[in-house]
Amino acid sequence: MHELYSLPRFSWRAIAVWRRNFLVWRKLAIPSVLGNLADPMIYLFGLGYGLGGLLPQVGGVSYIVFLASGTVCASTMNAASFEALYSGFSRMHVQKTWEAILNAPVALDDVLAGEWLWAASKATLSGLAIMLVITGLGFISSPLALWAIPVVFLTGLAFAALGLIVTALAPSYDFFMYYFTLFLTPMVLLCGVFFPVEQLPAALQSVAGQLPLAHAVRLVRPLLLGEWPSHAAMHLAALLIAALAAYWLALLLTRRRLLK
Amino acid sequence: MTSVLSVSGLRKSYAGREVVGGVSFTLAPGECYGLLGPNGAGKTTTLRCCLGLTAPDAGVIKLLGEPVPARAREARMKVGVVPQFDNLDPDFSVAENLRVFGRYFGIGDAETRGRIPDLLEFAGLAGKEAARLATLSGGMKRRLTLARALVNDPDLLLLDEPTTGLDPQARHLIWERLKRLLQQGKTILLTTHFMDEAERLCNRLAILDAGCIVAEGAPRDLIAAHIEPQVVEVYGEDAATWARGEGQSLARRIEVSGETAFCYVDVEEVAPLLKHLALRPALRTLHRPANLEDVFLKLTGRELRD
Repeated sequence: MHELYSLPRFSWRAIAVWRRNFLVWRKLAIPSVLGNLADPMIYLFGLGYGLGGLLPQVGGVSYIVFLASGTVCASTMNAASFEALYSGFSRMHVQKTWEAILNAPVALDDVLAGEWLWAASKATLSGLAIMLVITGLGFISSPLALWAIPVVFLTGLAFAALGLIVTALAPSYDFFMYYFTLFLTPMVLLCGVFFPVEQLPAALQSVAGQLPLAHAVRLVRPLLLGEWPSHAAMHLAALLIAALAAYWLALLLTRRRLLK
Repeated sequence: MTSVLSVSGLRKSYAGREVVGGVSFTLAPGECYGLLGPNGAGKTTTLRCCLGLTAPDAGVIKLLGEPVPARAREARMKVGVVPQFDNLDPDFSVAENLRVFGRYFGIGDAETRGRIPDLLEFAGLAGKEAARLATLSGGMKRRLTLARALVNDPDLLLLDEPTTGLDPQARHLIWERLKRLLQQGKTILLTTHFMDEAERLCNRLAILDAGCIVAEGAPRDLIAAHIEPQVVEVYGEDAATWARGEGQSLARRIEVSGETAFCYVDVEEVAPLLKHLALRPALRTLHRPANLEDVFLKLTGRELRD
């Protein structure tokens, strides 16, 4: 029984799992990237120019520039979540891909680590694609913005791990709707993606400040604007702890589900 | 002679219900060993324990010299598995399925690439490297799964109902390939509920019922030990009535299932029984030697198990 609760073990075999997912993605890379870009871009331009035209500066910059950095974080979160939830569940439960892999000398810990790293990688690509577009539009000019890339990867790790928890508990795809409507959508509205957190009532502000997406936004927005974030170490630590704790819980739940 | 797989006193319960209740068996190198049993007898759970995919409640398992589950991953380096339900990668071509699976064993792409033509030739899929999974028939997918299980050149193959759902042609092809693997010196552990499959392939087998082995041995020995050598099947509306009346004195044992009476008899009892039945045209008869299915049904009963 204690085996089910032991600390995560990592081995290089997780890379084989990552590569499997990468190979599938490569076959569909162009539609996948475009699909991941279209939705955030529609929001960015629609709200950024449409709503932004009605607004004075937000957070010291034009609204579309403010929104652009929030969109990078929200898109990273969405991409990591979709991959860990829908694609992960399909490989675990529907296609039984994990079952096949587990018959080889690969442990469940390796499978989950591979999935975790893969979802975070794919999320990073998604965040990066938006950063490239907004750089092209001239919204990013500082080299400090490069530091946002590891932050985006860490954000991907945190949301991939949270998603894997939900996947481990899910009886079917329908279950994910709860996670989106009760957790991810409120997070996007509370964490400073569309408007500064300071606009929220004080009580909500303190809750919002604890959410992983808020930490990501607090780091990525100043970096994209060419400033060092304040309390950077604290925000990084919060994201890292969220990622590791969520991953461990996801692993415990997945072991309980599959290794019984 | 060292065993390829030894299982002793294996027990496993789920939610208080014992699925495997003290199973022990040993596989010698090069033999084909069958686990037979009705649905829910504990066959798949036993295989999962042997692979170290679930920890047994009690018992000792040694797989290719390694203790399981402690060193299951090391042991699985030289094991190939054909699972009950196909779990090939639908997003990949035939060759990609093999190449990606090889990576899980730490086998480089170049090495797997070199082996793919032979593996596909063996599986009757020569030239299908680039074929998409969706274009393969059920039998072809099953053969690809077998090829995938051989990608690491395993010493032991675990096959969980390898021919369930296949048409007769596809089943015969799989059997022929498995025999070839045995000739190459590989050891096979097979679960099945097809008696003809077990009789054809297995050197030895165990009949599992409700988590326990109820009989073990070579198929022929099991038939000799557990059942009368000859069977006369009697069909017809009146078969059951006949079996309860006149039949009683003519056969040493009769089992009735619906409109069929199975008469289990010794060789010298066959002629008088058939002579008697020839006078009753309402009853149709079939005379055959006893087979493994008769043993199986005698030991596990005729009730449905689902």
